[in-house]
Amino acid sequence: MIWTNAVIQGLLLGGLYAIFACGLSLMFGVMRLVNLAHGDLGVLGAYFAIILVEHLGGNPLWTFAAVIPVAALVGYLLQRFLLDHALNGGELSPILVTFGLSIIIENLLQQTFGANDQSLNIGALSYQSWKIASDIYVGRLNVIIFVVAVLVIVALQLFLSRTPAGRALRATADNRRAAALSGIDPKRTRAMATAIALATVAVGGLFLAMRSSFAPTSGSADLLFAFEAVIIGGLGNLWGTLVGGLVLGVAQTVGSQINPADGILIGDLVFLAVLAFRPQGLIASRSVAVR
Amino acid sequence: MQDDTQPAVSERELSRRSMLKGGVAGLGALGLSGALDFAESNTASAATRGKTIKFGYVSPETGSLAPFGAADAFVIGALKSLLAKGVTIKGVTYPIEIIVKDSQSTDATAASVAEDLIKNDKVDIMLVSSTPDTTNPVSDQCEANQVPCISTVAPWQSWFFGRGASPTTKYKWTYHFFWGLEDIEAVYSSIWKAVPNNKTIGGLWPNDSDGDAFASTTTGFPSFAKPLGYSIVDPGRYADLTTDFTAQIAAFRNGNCEILTGVPIPPDFITFYKQAASQGYIPKVATIAKAMLFPSSAQALGSLAVNIGTEYWWGPTHPYISSLTKQNCAHIAAAYEKSTGDQWTQPIGFVHALFEVAIATLKSSGEAHNKSAFVSALSKLKLSTIVGPLDWATGPVPNVTKTPLVGGQWRAGNTQSGYALVVVTNDQHPNIPTASSPQVIPGATV
Repeated sequence: MIWTNAVIQGLLLGGLYAIFACGLSLMFGVMRLVNLAHGDLGVLGAYFAIILVEHLGGNPLWTFAAVIPVAALVGYLLQRFLLDHALNGGELSPILVTFGLSIIIENLLQQTFGANDQSLNIGALSYQSWKIASDIYVGRLNVIIFVVAVLVIVALQLFLSRTPAGRALRATADNRRAAALSGIDPKRTRAMATAIALATVAVGGLFLAMRSSFAPTSGSADLLFAFEAVIIGGLGNLWGTLVGGLVLGVAQTVGSQINPADGILIGDLVFLAVLAFRPQGLIASRSVAVR
Repeated sequence: MQDDTQPAVSERELSRRSMLKGGVAGLGALGLSGALDFAESNTASAATRGKTIKFGYVSPETGSLAPFGAADAFVIGALKSLLAKGVTIKGVTYPIEIIVKDSQSTDATAASVAEDLIKNDKVDIMLVSSTPDTTNPVSDQCEANQVPCISTVAPWQSWFFGRGASPTTKYKWTYHFFWGLEDIEAVYSSIWKAVPNNKTIGGLWPNDSDGDAFASTTTGFPSFAKPLGYSIVDPGRYADLTTDFTAQIAAFRNGNCEILTGVPIPPDFITFYKQAASQGYIPKVATIAKAMLFPSSAQALGSLAVNIGTEYWWGPTHPYISSLTKQNCAHIAAAYEKSTGDQWTQPIGFVHALFEVAIATLKSSGEAHNKSAFVSALSKLKLSTIVGPLDWATGPVPNVTKTPLVGGQWRAGNTQSGYALVVVTNDQHPNIPTASSPQVIPGATV
């Protein structure tokens, strides 16, 4: 029973990782850009929600409606005015630029909000649960996070496979130059990818803030888990990212059940094992494209 | 001229007057009196100006320990104008300069900024506070470089034995004041026994130096609690910044742990406790070190924080008075809240006390720039401070004196965070008033 419980809680945890990771996966798939500020941008979204709640009140759940569009807009502008320039600067420069962005965001947040841990207080929902067996409880919020994670990834898949904009994204991912020759505006496409990525990571940031707590430097830890989820699942593959998140979550909770000191370590070992023995990820793409 | 003897002069006034006097009468006229004035200098004209005494101060202002350093700017700011007037020793007034460095919450940075303060800034006296990760490397640097160091806010065992000492070791240059593990054990058990329970303790002890010390079967909580008839469920050390506590929660729930204790870092306890509540585990009584010291943690937990207990080292209801400013604890806490807009926190009193100790020692040593005289005076110092009476002559080991510790619980309150820490047990220190008695956690599931 203990093991079943560990697996179930691990799957729920994996949902949160998958939300964090899918934007990272998308940006890498479309423009081979590893966004090292990804986690910090999610945390930034959570601080935005804190400000909104402080000034406007109410249950923080409503802030999703405000934070998501703002995050998307920020993503669009970020790509247009910063990352696009970085992409022209060779392979290393986007990494350096996003790394710098990460440091700037963390320090600005620290200056503005201090180093204290904060939390978005959604009242009883953060600790209410459903009892599904004699000693297995699933937290309602965790179930919601998991369902949202699956919905977000399904919606992104449908968007990529069924809509013209999605096709443009996939075409750009497969072959940038050919896509441009067929009349796809690469700048607009890239900006759209970043807008979507930021919208999803903001959702992740808000869920993190409701589930546990966050501080200006939390983004780095989130980035690490998101990165592991992407690699475990397969680079640039959204289904893979979902699977990767779930595998990482289960590895951590089952690992902690074996030995509490080793939960995170066992997650890291699974990640290393995948890198060593199946570098294309558990769900391999034929190319690295988003599909 | 006659207003020179009034204690409250603004800095601007001071410098304007100093300049005027400096131009007219040279060094002789620079006797600046104030609350720091000591008997010899009551006649301003008698005092001459000595070489600046430099204080180095290291604490974590950024990083994961930053809540400990959050009060520094306020405390130092409040004392700066007082200290800028200088301290008068044997008729000579010595200006005091405080150089503050951030440990960034890592021991490596703490050691390197301490070295920088010693080698480049050439500080006369080092002050350090907040957790062994900060106090120990800085103290080690001072011991090695023969600079007097006053340390606080780390359990004394972590500071003393954590640096490789034996019970008979005597450090020459480094001194510490705070409480110890025996005090927190006594305080926690005083809270446990006040609430009816099955005497089963769940231990949430992380894989770090505090977790190891608390969980030690020879010197930690197990060795203390088992002889008192408590049984302990210890699922094992876990890594800091763990995102999921399912294994620990299952162990505590299945073990029917009506008492929860531990020394987690704040984000881990917030994650743990929310998850525990959602997985059907809320203990009857909880005593949580470190994570529950600060109002921000209570605010992050929301209503779950009510009646969670923690150690209470300093607060506005403590019956002590500052030897520097003559303010009482309530005054200092209120001044902090007014100046920063934040709720008071426990380190405020201890940072203030560091400066009390440094100034009192300078005064009693009778020399401004004699390091040996300073540590010799420090080893004999008896001083009533804002955190209680200090007396290094009677410490548990050489170089250490203990401050009083009582037990607190969080209550819903009309404060900035919506929660207030109140004193609930004072078994060892009945002179510190309690505001309430220990209460059971609402909604306990075990």
